[in-house]
Amino acid sequence: MMNRFMQSRLRGLIVLALILIILPAFLANSFHYELVTQMAILAATVVGLNLLVGYAGQISLGHAGFFGLGAYFSGIATGTYGWPSVPALLVGAILVAIIAWVVGRPILRLKGHYLSMATLAVGFIIAIILNNERDFTGGPDGMPVPALEVFGWELSAFGQYSLFGLTIEGFQAWYIFASVVLLVAVWFALNLIESPIGRALRSVHGSEVAASVVGVNTAKYKSLVFVISAIYASLMGGLYAHFQGFITPAVASFEFSILFITMVVLGGMGSTFGVILGAVVLKLLPQVLADFQELETVMFGLILMLTMIFMPKGLLPTLTAIVSRRMRKKAGGEA
Amino acid sequence: MLKTMIRRAGKCAAVAAAGLMMMSAQAAEPIKIGSFLSVTGPASFLGDPELKTLEMYVDKINEEGGVLGRELELIHYDDVGNSSSARNFASRLIRSDEVDIIIGGSTTGATMAAVPLIEQARLPFISLAGAVVITTPVKKWVFKTPQSDRMAAERILTDMKDRGITKIGLISGTDGFGSSGRKQTLEVAEEMGVEVLADVTYGGSDTDMSAQLTKIRNTKGVEAVLNFGFGQGPAIVTRNYAQLGTKLPFYQSHGVASDGFLELAGSSAEGLRLPASPLLVPDSLPDDDPQKEVVQNYKAEYESRWDSKVSTFGAYAYDGLMLAVRAIEEAGSTDPEAVREALENIKGYVGVTGEFNMSPEDHNGLDAESFRILEVQNGEWKLIN
Amino acid sequence: MLAEFLQYLFTGITIGATYALIALGFTLIYNASHVINFAQGEFLMIGGMATVSLTAMGVPMVLAVVLAIILAGVLGIALQRLAIAPAKQADVVTLIIITIGASIFIRGIAQVVWGKEYHVMQNFSSDLPIRVFGAVLNSQSLWVLGIGAVVVVALVLFFTKTLTGKAILATSMNKEAARLVGIRTQMVLMLAFMVSALLGAVAGIVVAPITFTSYDIGIILGLKGFVAAAIGGLGSGVGAIVGGIALGIVEAMAAGYISSDYKDAVAFSMILLVLFFMPRGLFGAKVVERV
Repeated sequence: MMNRFMQSRLRGLIVLALILIILPAFLANSFHYELVTQMAILAATVVGLNLLVGYAGQISLGHAGFFGLGAYFSGIATGTYGWPSVPALLVGAILVAIIAWVVGRPILRLKGHYLSMATLAVGFIIAIILNNERDFTGGPDGMPVPALEVFGWELSAFGQYSLFGLTIEGFQAWYIFASVVLLVAVWFALNLIESPIGRALRSVHGSEVAASVVGVNTAKYKSLVFVISAIYASLMGGLYAHFQGFITPAVASFEFSILFITMVVLGGMGSTFGVILGAVVLKLLPQVLADFQELETVMFGLILMLTMIFMPKGLLPTLTAIVSRRMRKKAGGEA
Repeated sequence: MLKTMIRRAGKCAAVAAAGLMMMSAQAAEPIKIGSFLSVTGPASFLGDPELKTLEMYVDKINEEGGVLGRELELIHYDDVGNSSSARNFASRLIRSDEVDIIIGGSTTGATMAAVPLIEQARLPFISLAGAVVITTPVKKWVFKTPQSDRMAAERILTDMKDRGITKIGLISGTDGFGSSGRKQTLEVAEEMGVEVLADVTYGGSDTDMSAQLTKIRNTKGVEAVLNFGFGQGPAIVTRNYAQLGTKLPFYQSHGVASDGFLELAGSSAEGLRLPASPLLVPDSLPDDDPQKEVVQNYKAEYESRWDSKVSTFGAYAYDGLMLAVRAIEEAGSTDPEAVREALENIKGYVGVTGEFNMSPEDHNGLDAESFRILEVQNGEWKLIN
Repeated sequence: MLAEFLQYLFTGITIGATYALIALGFTLIYNASHVINFAQGEFLMIGGMATVSLTAMGVPMVLAVVLAIILAGVLGIALQRLAIAPAKQADVVTLIIITIGASIFIRGIAQVVWGKEYHVMQNFSSDLPIRVFGAVLNSQSLWVLGIGAVVVVALVLFFTKTLTGKAILATSMNKEAARLVGIRTQMVLMLAFMVSALLGAVAGIVVAPITFTSYDIGIILGLKGFVAAAIGGLGSGVGAIVGGIALGIVEAMAAGYISSDYKDAVAFSMILLVLFFMPRGLFGAKVVERV
């Protein structure tokens, strides 16, 4: 039993790694690299959010708040106070974890739409603070963020590096780095899901009352996963800030929170690889639709609506179901 | 199972790649002018006339034989007023479309988000946004056509002082424009010895600002009120101001210098003053004003082509495009460094916004005098000075 | 002092009445289907924009208002039939995303059809403000409050006196039981969306003279409506009204007395506070989770 889990977990990771290795063959220029790097960072964020939404069944409409806090903490600590990046990212994540834990305890007692409402409120308050505290955050016009520096090694999207004798451009180095980050994020999430914590979470999703009756401390597990997903968001927010080189309070906005939750639902709630697909699709769509000019918003809304109506379980789960049904049919025919 | 998963993954990758391929552009014949503007979203009243202006003058220049014998090609993306998409599109323009020059950035946020990238790519960039931070301190590759918000603050406060006003109440939007304008106003006020007794703000989508205005009105000693903001907010402020029956002199910023604002604010706008481009009063300009002809032509051409009122913001794009064309002609090529140098040395270009005198220390090239102070009288703009 | 306080109060009540009308729309749909309709704000936009564009075309005001309301109603039905009904097996959050998609779609169409400008709608009656103890009240505020009250009374009568209204109520209480006694629940859901859309359009029209109107006005007002509905307790009509007006007053008082920078943050903190002590809002029904 355990063995099979191990196998399927590894298999998914290997496929993802292979895609990430093959993908550069299809990338024509540095802009494409940049898009894919952003996709990887956002995907890692929603992999974390999915733990909360997909497995524990708790909807957050304010996750961009944590993402924005992480981004601004990294930006301010490195930019204004000259901290190295790694401690900035880590301390930011710890602070966000504490905030998430403090607000999480009372909020997570709420059910359904009230929980959405409360998370929305938390996200909004964070965004308002970032927008108003101009002296620290630069206000609505945003602030520049220095390049990421990993143990004395500066990772700038504009630099040039040599790796094992090969010269690689900064954007390629970022791509490799973001790919590794995504793989680690996925690996951690998959392990968590199959751990006793993960099983407890799923029981909370099924029925909270039932879970608590059989002795699962639902409040504790919900808080825990809320904090973990906030840490994911904070770390990725920090990386995003370093990669972008410039952030505005939009990274903490309600629109961004909605984007995150849409990535999860569109890709497939509860499917770690599904939400990655969700992030890819939603990041790619505006670029592909850019040529429609005025009709861009119409098309985007229509695609979003139709996908969710006809694939309510999300892209990946629905596609997987179709493929496996076909395979079964084929196997049946051959036998 | 593994095989099918790989196959499936391959398919996904192929679809994604096809998506990416579609976006790459080809051919390097024409001069490529890249642009990212907020054509939709909350700042669309900036981006929309800007795009219309660029489209129409690129067409016009091409009909007249192009620049250096080459056609202009406009490559445009809509950043929806979102600075991170502005950055993405700037990147796409630079790296994927490989444009020769970028004119764009309707808002300061969008501009500043793209600046680090553009500086690294070493490409001339003419911003259409207002805040003073864009060109102060000077950034090697970044220019801008609108007057800065600091100049607007200087012009307004000077006019106030001329009327003997030294104590004011300030109300500003919390968006980028309002917040930067507020900061500049506070700084300039301090230098000029004007006291800001009340300082309140409103959100970009607020629907009633009576509470904030009541607070200003009840602050003792306030002699005039200044609203720094753009969009529909200042129109609501203006109407609330009139409803509350406030009698103090009222000033708006150049952020609302358009006929659209007059329509929204209606009779409430009567008597208010603001700094604006001469574009709003082309016929009141004295005949010896060098800008008169440029301004009248732009207004006539825009209004006959688009069947909508001309706006100051479109004029920023007009000046941006003309500066770019002039620099490319002077450089004799599209070599980025040559174009940049030519831009930096443009002197005496008379545009719709004002007369541009660029220098290595000044990448805006305008002075505060290029703003005219206008007053609303009988529902129309009236040139004061 | 009194004048200042009254001014904040008037401002708050006017904004609050708008929020309350939008919140009522959320409540109606929530009751019938347990869906939070994020496209609610778009009905408001349709009401205002359609009225403005029809009057600009020369249609008399009253007719324009009626047509705009009908348009919104048709849109409400279309939303339920074409987007919500086909996905009835979907998760709650999936339905939310569908309504978000719908709102982006509707907004996109409105932008193409009507353009991006803000538009003015004239006050229904005099432009002159009314003075009360030194505070000023916009005459349109009285229209908002008056029409709001009429709408509420009409809704109460609809739900308590008409068969259709009772059917909607029954369905919201227990769908299965309602079906068993012969209520066509799909029909009822459609009705709920329609009435909610009508309500949104009415709100959009009465507030347009105060707020102006444009293709994107629905985003923030819709959100505030949801907030108001949650404060009051989802599903409670009284809650929607109290929640809306409370939210408006808190915003105005915070802008006046605390900090205009943080007035929205104060409002959102209030929500958290309410929910900490009353996890189902002020008037929300106690629902026991079924195992």
